Formats: sequence, structure tokens, C-alpha cells
Amino acid sequence: MTRVDVRKTYKLFIGGEFPRSESGHSYVVNDVRGRFVANAALSSRKDARDAVAAARKAFPGWAGRTAYNRGQVVYRVAEVMEDRRPQFVEAVRQGEGRTAAAAGKVLDESIDRLVWYAGWADKLTQVVGNANPVAGPFFNLSTPEPTGVVAVLAPQESSLLGLVSVVAPVIISGNTVVVTSSVQRPLPAVTFAEVLATSDVPAGVVNILTGSLDRTAATLASHMDVNAIDLTGLAGDPEQATALEVEAAANLKRVRRTPGTEPDWSAEPGLDRMTDVLETKTVWHPIGV
Amino acid sequence: MVSTTSTGARSAFEYAPAPESRAIVDIKPSYGLFVNGDFVDGHGRSFKTISPSTEEVLAEVAEADEADVDNAVKAARRAHSRVWGRMPGKERAKYLFRIARIIQERGRELAVLESIDNGKPIKETRDVDVPIAAAHFFYYAGWADKLEYAGYGTESLGVAGQVIPWNFPLLMLAWKIAPALACGNTVVLKPAETTPLTALLFAEICQQADLPAGVVNIITGAGETGRTLVSHPDVDKVAFTGSTEVGRAIAKAVAGTEKRVTLELGGKAANIVFDDAPLDQAVEGIVNGIFFNQGHVCCAGSRLLVQESVADDVLARLKRRMATLRVGDPLDKNTDVGAINSAEQLAKIRELSEIGEQEGAERWSAPCELPDHGFWFAPTIFTGVTQAHRIAREEIFGPVLSVLTFRTPAEAIEKANNTPYGLSAGVWTDKGSRILKMANALRAGVVWANTFNKFDPASPFGGYKESGYGREGGRHGLAAYLKGRSLR
Repeated sequence: MTRVDVRKTYKLFIGGEFPRSESGHSYVVNDVRGRFVANAALSSRKDARDAVAAARKAFPGWAGRTAYNRGQVVYRVAEVMEDRRPQFVEAVRQGEGRTAAAAGKVLDESIDRLVWYAGWADKLTQVVGNANPVAGPFFNLSTPEPTGVVAVLAPQESSLLGLVSVVAPVIISGNTVVVTSSVQRPLPAVTFAEVLATSDVPAGVVNILTGSLDRTAATLASHMDVNAIDLTGLAGDPEQATALEVEAAANLKRVRRTPGTEPDWSAEPGLDRMTDVLETKTVWHPIGV
Repeated sequence: MVSTTSTGARSAFEYAPAPESRAIVDIKPSYGLFVNGDFVDGHGRSFKTISPSTEEVLAEVAEADEADVDNAVKAARRAHSRVWGRMPGKERAKYLFRIARIIQERGRELAVLESIDNGKPIKETRDVDVPIAAAHFFYYAGWADKLEYAGYGTESLGVAGQVIPWNFPLLMLAWKIAPALACGNTVVLKPAETTPLTALLFAEICQQADLPAGVVNIITGAGETGRTLVSHPDVDKVAFTGSTEVGRAIAKAVAGTEKRVTLELGGKAANIVFDDAPLDQAVEGIVNGIFFNQGHVCCAGSRLLVQESVADDVLARLKRRMATLRVGDPLDKNTDVGAINSAEQLAKIRELSEIGEQEGAERWSAPCELPDHGFWFAPTIFTGVTQAHRIAREEIFGPVLSVLTFRTPAEAIEKANNTPYGLSAGVWTDKGSRILKMANALRAGVVWANTFNKFDPASPFGGYKESGYGREGGRHGLAAYLKGRSLR
């Protein structure tokens, strides 16, 4: 008699734990050919609010770590991901319909991207900060600080490289994040959550919601304790993106607008995904004896 | 201004009036709009601008309607595509240097006019508004041919629609126009309806500088004109300084467009005084923080957080100092506190102050005689204020200070950050490590340690949270006017 394999339940990742949706709802995830792969959790508004609360709770501790330490933690994520290559390759093949070689390349780029951003942790302040020569006897220094809790709608097509490329630049400077995964291809995001949970990322720094954006996106955009929102995952849906940008004005969230089409995630990222979620703080002090 | 005897008793000198002459300014009976290098009649109605210290009507000013706004945007677009956007940076720079020089040359005139139209003391327009406005043009002039070194690319955005408030009319104009022009953009700027005159004088300065037609357009009007400008489809960039409420409306209005936006909005800054602070210096800082410019300052230190152990001492010194503030004729060179900018603003300050009393806080106003005409409010403090009081949460935008106390640094941080705003904060202590700890913990864009309300063109300014986004001033200020990505 052949052995029956043990299937995995794909759940949410909130505050370092893996809850089901509090609503009890799930949805069917198929591979690109339409074959059943798994049931994933269908996040509710309440799940989104719980995730924001977890992210807010984690923010002071994560922002308060040294930049060197945050860089090490994100580098550790890359290490653990490398260790779990086969699982990710399989997930990307299933979801994105790629060959094993192409899926392997996606994984290479995802891991390399984490390493790239890890290195930025203790350099960003030097590159975007400034000493300011004011006309008077004052010490005057501008430094970047994380804006706080950031909501990210991750891209729909690129379920792993895209996800890593929108999450890493947000957390590297000390922000915490609530990210909605690709709706149709959520499984790499859940597997990524399992990597985060085992690589020294403090609970609540990254929170991952799966399922339709119908409930979660508006909740995040209008949430008064979210400081910024990235609408990348709405590429090709300008109407929805505009509606969310209007919601985001309630507490003047920083908004990264949606691109017309999903970007080429293989391209060199540049600084803007990091600088979009930074504040500049300028400190003055008199000089005297 | 005041002398303190060795026993600490106050003896304020009597001062003879020392009025600055108005003869230097020539206010015309009526003003049109400055579009495409010329003053033109508007199509809409007109409105009056008055002196808030006397309620004297100063001039009739055109209220730009939709057609006027459209003409101004078209002029700016033409100037961008034909002249300014193509001009080498080193040539743009020289125009900006010229403007800076003319502001200095006509500084006395600008200072008097600003004081008359706004109600702020001549001492302040002469020593702060006008020199810093000139300095802004000098600072950004130098960037115009060095953009490739700043890190935001060198490509301009196009036409900037800029809407500024009435509290620092000329200075806010400089903060908006100088970086925009340095980066190769052209502008349509709307000054506030109660303070249009220095912007219209600035238009003359542009003519004297031979600035190409259409690079700077000044359209006067009120909220409707501003809404029309920021919603105009051919505006590439919106820059606004003003209330958080209007900032929200702008954020909604630009949703779904390609427009880039910077917003510099309200604040409710905590000014934190520890028990080891040099108290006389701290008291000067508290006074400067809330009574400078009649408290019409978005970054005003409107919440005093004083450590419990020195609260009584600080309050006694503060009241003594407040009693020496000279409130009155803005053109008198001895005046410290001028007129409230408008009847509407005065009503708002009175309303919130009355609410402060109703909610149980104790009110104390400096003993001073207020003039019979014009809009005046005596420097006022409220003690016994809790975090739930509206005077501790809402921006009053007037000479009203809410006093709260704390025991530990952690409590001070908690209270200071307990606000939807995040524009500025102050810390007073002699302990260096505490200054740095507090500066890190305060969620605000500008932190003044052992000083307050300092501004410089080289220093970025702007808020966290609901105080807006983007920075003005310094290298960071260029990001708002260049295509190289930053926030929006």
C-alpha cells in the first residue's frame, strides 16, 4: 500500500504566529494549469487590523535595533532561503508556470536581492542623510528614520521575487510591514513566512495576508495607524488604486502609486523603495562653551 | 528690552514709540494678476486686503477664476517648454542670484509691506522673514547648475502649482519658488487671500530681474482659486503649506493622477523642559516657541511639557517674562507681538481658548493693553491641561500655550508623541546623552535642542504623520522638484 502524503495547511503570518483567518474562510489555490494545489486562508478585515496591531507593536523594537543588527537579520533570511531552495522552486513552478531552471533563477535573484538590501541597512543614513551648514552657531544634522507601519500590496505576477523586492526595502530601515501576497499565487509568500519565522526576524516585523484584496486593501488604506501604503500590487487596476489613494488621505499616508504594468523585477532596484518609506529628521543644537 | 535687578524684581523701561515709516511702500489702490510677465485684469471678482492691526483697507485684489488660473498655467507651460526648462542651469542660477540681490536691496520696503499686510512686528519681518527669504534664493541659486551632484537627477517636473499660507507670506513664497526655479520648473503661485501684497511686490521684483515671462505667475484669490490650481490637469507638481484639513483635500484631489505632491501642514509641537535645563534660556525658548509671530507658526511649541520638579519655578519665570512682552503696533520697532492676522483667526483662537476654560484648564494672560482697532489677543497660557483637552490636541495657531507636566523622560516621550501631528519638537536639558535620546525618540521632522524656531535654507523642514510629507530646504528640498524618484 502506498503511503499517503501529509499535506500542508497554508495559513496567515501575523505577529510571528500562523493563524487561520479569524473569519474561518479559505479559498482554493490552483496551479497555472488550473489543478488544485491547496486551500489558502482568505483574510478578513479583522485579520488586516490584527496585522496592523502586530506591526505597530513590533515597530519600536525593530526601529530601535542597530542598523548593523537589522542587516544581519535580513542576511539571515537570505541564508535560510538558500537552505530551502527546492521548496521555493517547486512553489514558483506551480504558481508561475516556469521551468525548473527558470524558477531556480527566480530564487537566485530573490536571495541576491535580500543580500543586496541587507547591506543597505548601515549605509542608507550615510547616503541620504546630511550635515547642513546653517548660517549660525548651530550643529544641524538630517538623518533618515523609518516612517512606521507600512502596508504593501505585493505584485500579482511575480509571487516570490516581487514579494521579496517590495518587503525587504521597507523593513531594512526599521519599518514594519503588513503585506498582502499575490492573490492567485499566495503559496510562495506563506513559505517565505516560514523562513522569516526561523531567521531571527522579530515577531510582527513582517505580517503576511493571503486572499482577495476586496476586504484587506481598503482596510489597510483607511487604517489610521498605518503610515504608508505601497499600491504596487494593483498594477493594471487604476480605478481601485485611485480609490485606495483617496482612502489613504484620511491620515495623510505616504502613498507609492501603482505602476501601469508590473515592473521587471530583475532590474537593479535603486533607492526609491527604501526612501519612499523614510522620514527626514533634522536636529538643531547651539554651538557654544 | 527688560532689566532684571539683582533681587529678581522686574523693572521694564518705558519706551517711547519708535514707528518705522510707511513712506517707503507704495501700495496701489488695486492689483491685477501677474501672468506671463505682466499684470493683467482678472475675469472674476475682486476682494479687499486689510491691515489686521488697524482694519484699514489697503488695496483691492483680483480673485482669479478658472479662466485666469488656466491662463497662468498655460503661460507657465509655455515658459517651461520654450525657455526655462531648456536654459542651462548656470544661466537659471544667475536669475535667482539677481532675485536674491533685489530682495536684499528692497528689503526695507518688503519688511514694511509685510508688517502692514500681515500684522507681524517689523522687528520680525526685518530680521527674519526678509533676510531668510533672500537667503533661500541665494542657496537654491547655487544648486541650479549642480543638480547632478544632489542625487535626484537633473530633469525638472514642469509646471508647479503652489499654494501658500498667510503666516509667513514672503518667506513661504521663497521656500516654494526658489527650489522650483532652481530645478528648472515654472510656477503658478497663489498667496493667501489675507496677505497678497508682498507676493505682488515679488512679481515686480521678477520684472526688475528680467526673469523670462511666464516663469513665475502670481494669481491671487481664496480657497476656490487654490482648488482650481491644484486640480488643473496641466499642473505637474503641487506644493502646499497650510492646514491639515486642506492638505487632506489636496491628497484626495490628486489621487489617481501623475502629480507629485509635497504638503507642509499643521503641528502641535511639544517643547520639553527637563529639571536640569538652564531655566532662563528655556523660558526664552518657550516664549520664542509660542509667541513668535503671534503663534501663527505651524511648528510653534504650543505644548509645554515641563518636568514636575521645576514646573512652579518655570511657570513663575514664564509669567514674569510674558508680562514684559510688548503687544501692539506692528510697525513699532519695540513691538514683540503684533496683530492676529484676521478676524476669522481671532475668532478661532477665542473659541478654543474658551473651550480650554470650559474643559477645566486654568487661563492666564499677560497684562497688556490691546489697541481698540484691529485683531488682538494677549499672550496666554493654560495650566492644568491634560492630554485629552482640545487645547492640547488641536492646533490653535495663536499666542496660546498649553502647559502639561511629566516626571520621567519616558513619560515626556509618550506625551510628546501622543498627537497625530509630527512637525517639530523642542528639548531643554544640559545633559548631552539625554538630548540625543530624546531627539531619537521624538516623532517629528525638526527637533530643536536647547533652541527653538530656527530656520535656515540649508536645513530641511517638514513633518511626520499628519503634518504632511516631503521636505523643504537643503539638499532634500530639491527632491520635490526633480524627476529622480523620491516620495511621489
